[in-house]
Amino acid sequence: MEIRVNPTRMELNRLKKRLKMAERGHKLLKDKRDELIRQFLILVRKNKELREHIEKELSAAFAKFLLARAVMPAETMEEALMYPTRRLSLQITKQNIMSVYAPKMQWDEEEAAEGEGASIYPYGFADTSAELDTSIETLSGILPSLLELAEVEKSVQLLAEEIEKTRRRVNALEYVLIPKLQETSRYITMKLDENERGALTRLMKIKDVVRSKM
Amino acid sequence: MSTYKIAVVGDNDSILGFKTIGIDTYPASDAQTGLSILKKLAGENYGVIFITEELAAELEDVIKELNKRILPAVVLIPNSKGTLGLGMRRIKDNVEKAIGADILFRKEG
Repeated sequence: MEIRVNPTRMELNRLKKRLKMAERGHKLLKDKRDELIRQFLILVRKNKELREHIEKELSAAFAKFLLARAVMPAETMEEALMYPTRRLSLQITKQNIMSVYAPKMQWDEEEAAEGEGASIYPYGFADTSAELDTSIETLSGILPSLLELAEVEKSVQLLAEEIEKTRRRVNALEYVLIPKLQETSRYITMKLDENERGALTRLMKIKDVVRSKM
Repeated sequence: MSTYKIAVVGDNDSILGFKTIGIDTYPASDAQTGLSILKKLAGENYGVIFITEELAAELEDVIKELNKRILPAVVLIPNSKGTLGLGMRRIKDNVEKAIGADILFRKEG
């Protein structure tokens, strides 16, 4: 399949320029895709590890939590957890991974009014069960990993999206635009050659006619 | 740089513990409530939303939409009944989308 053009030298020059440009773009995009995939693989491995770790830890925390719920009256439980001693605030900046903007997170734990050195447990130990303590300890222990997981997973998603887009562009250039341009410039060259041959034959013919009349 | 909040959405049993470490909790037991909460949170100043897999399974469309934006990051967590493997599936899907073939989990399955 070729682009419909006038078979002229000017058109041929234009096509050749376009072809050069397309090839350069193709090379650049291909490099971009390769680097994106490299970054992606690093992140995705990290993502998998973090997720495995977190799923294990969280399940343990939940199991303890359920136990605590079972041995404590629901009201006591609600009451114990009603006023958290911490407030989390999250600072998010953008980081640039191969011109894909992904969030980078930093967090602060602000201690609420109680003052310095308040423990992570928002309740007295008198009427709560020990399972609740361990459960909350695990939870607060994996918080950094949880946020890291959020960051990594988001980056992986955004990268996957970008890789798909870039790959599509690379393929469009490689299998559609570049062959089309090559095909068309070949067509023009053939047509021009054919015209030249035509002109030559015509000249020879005319020469014959003129000579025979002399 | 700006400040964001963190939320967790899911059934009450699973999310209650998160409150103590300073994360906002939004109990949702069915898809309907989950959907309206998620929509509300997406419009607000939340940077990370943790959502239980059980709930996420029913809200896939909204989550897919949110995944395309930079923020918020929606992260699936197992709930108190254990993991459904949805979070891992999502990693696998991402790999397949980017590379075209699954090269991370090949050995297991």
